[in-house]
Amino acid sequence: MPSPAADQHDADTPILRAVGEHTPLLQVDRVGLQYRSPTAVVQATHDVSFDVYPADRFVLLGPSGCGKSSLLKAVAGFLKPAAGEIRLDGAAIHQPGPDRIVVFQEFDQLPPWKTVKQNVMFPLLASRTLGKREAAERALYYLDKVGLGKFANAYPHTLSGGMKARVAIARALAMQPKILLMDEPFAALDALTRRKMQEELLILWEEVRFTLLFVTHSIEEALVVGNRILLLSPHPGRVRAEINSHQYDLQSLGGVGFQETARRIHRLLFNEGNEEPAQVNFKDVRFSY
Amino acid sequence: MSISPPIRDEYEIALTTLDDVPLERTLSLPQRIWQQSWVRKAVILLVLALIWEIVARIQNNDLLLPGFVQTAQAFVDGVATGELIGKVWISLKVLVKGYLIGIALAFGLTTLAVSTQLGRDLLSTLTSMFNPLPAIAMLPLALLWFGLGENSLIFVLVHSVLWALALNTYAGFLGVSDTLRMAGRNYGLRGLRFVLFVLVPAALPSILAGLRIGWAFAWRTLIAAELVFGASSGKGGLGWYIFQNRNELYTDKVFAGLAMVILIGLVVENFGFNTIEKLTVKRWGMQR
Repeated sequence: MPSPAADQHDADTPILRAVGEHTPLLQVDRVGLQYRSPTAVVQATHDVSFDVYPADRFVLLGPSGCGKSSLLKAVAGFLKPAAGEIRLDGAAIHQPGPDRIVVFQEFDQLPPWKTVKQNVMFPLLASRTLGKREAAERALYYLDKVGLGKFANAYPHTLSGGMKARVAIARALAMQPKILLMDEPFAALDALTRRKMQEELLILWEEVRFTLLFVTHSIEEALVVGNRILLLSPHPGRVRAEINSHQYDLQSLGGVGFQETARRIHRLLFNEGNEEPAQVNFKDVRFSY
Repeated sequence: MSISPPIRDEYEIALTTLDDVPLERTLSLPQRIWQQSWVRKAVILLVLALIWEIVARIQNNDLLLPGFVQTAQAFVDGVATGELIGKVWISLKVLVKGYLIGIALAFGLTTLAVSTQLGRDLLSTLTSMFNPLPAIAMLPLALLWFGLGENSLIFVLVHSVLWALALNTYAGFLGVSDTLRMAGRNYGLRGLRFVLFVLVPAALPSILAGLRIGWAFAWRTLIAAELVFGASSGKGGLGWYIFQNRNELYTDKVFAGLAMVILIGLVVENFGFNTIEKLTVKRWGMQR
């Protein structure tokens, strides 16, 4: 596959570029994002292109301020690109919609006035996807999948952080969106819960095979969760590299190949030159937390 | 000399299930009774009534300060003859009408304010103009415009409810977190559905505070308006009852009327607003 940065887009390029027999589900095409303050325009990303294929676990990775969350918001439709275009299934994205469900980092993404079950039903009813009874059935099905069947009638404020994250994931999966967007969903969790959630997410993916766009600032998490990683440089965010990580999972933590890739990513993100980083100890790859 | 900690033996304990240690313990009966807020409030009221009765006995002039027992007697008489109840009914009917119209207008204004820029400017200009203006100051104008009747009262009531509630509701809407807003928009909610399904429940603590303030303002305005207005029309509600009995020096009946105002306030506060709070924002963990 050609590197997206080098991919010159012109009028003759077919809208859906295919790799072998696969066609991309999501195409981010030379997207520039800007934030407007009363006195200035801040460039968040510049000329970012990448393709996400069905059942990808595509990770956007970069240091803080590289525009990775902005890119996710643009895909979700909350932010309008100043340049370029984002297409889902070949159709340009103009506004937020229930075909792309976002899982946020913040715990207050669950409306506190709804029980766990009502929370999972909320998007199904709000988007008029299903009737009340079918929505309730589907909500219970996905709550069972994330192991919260017993807590269907609890209110979110009575749950732990990990359980809230699980409800948000169940809610997103229940919508059966074309693509699942996760914005550092586990960053606010403690390290043990985060590890558990990564494991559960991978198990769920094995089962459901959803398409995932995942934003993180942790190299370790990117390698574990993703099958392909887009590296972004900071200020403004530009594509630095795309790296395969489908061969790694939680079992490969600390393995030789895993550490080798982690070191390579670190070099790509932080070293403009090619000299080795001076004083970084990669024995512990969790430095990124 | 540097010290180093001793190296100790490691150990592991195989844990068995705890059967004999209770994980939960109920409080003793007096503790549980004292935990009920109405018990504590009732004790406060009893103490206040006792102080009142003692002061009145010492004063010993029932034209100036009738005692608690005497007031209670007048209150019971007023209720038994139906006079007091009738006055309350007249007052409440007007009050609820004005209150509901005020709520409807406040929601209209704030919905406009969150959805359009012009609506936002309209709300902020109008509230900064009218919120500091005492509603009762509008009564002479209202009497001129709507004549001697219920409509004038409703006009000043709406005025007293509208701005306080609109200000609180709007502040509540502004305080709704971006994450919740984005989640709502993500599911395709916009316009009125977005306001009803996301903003209103998320801002409910502020809205309830606004409703409380609006209710109190409305009561004050109504009683004050009736003191003036009842005098000119010859019939009126609770405010007129208080005014008339003062003129005839039935001080105990004046106290009974005031007690009725207080009583209605307590009932609405404890059975109305507190119940709504318990069923909503407290249950949802949005307010302690």
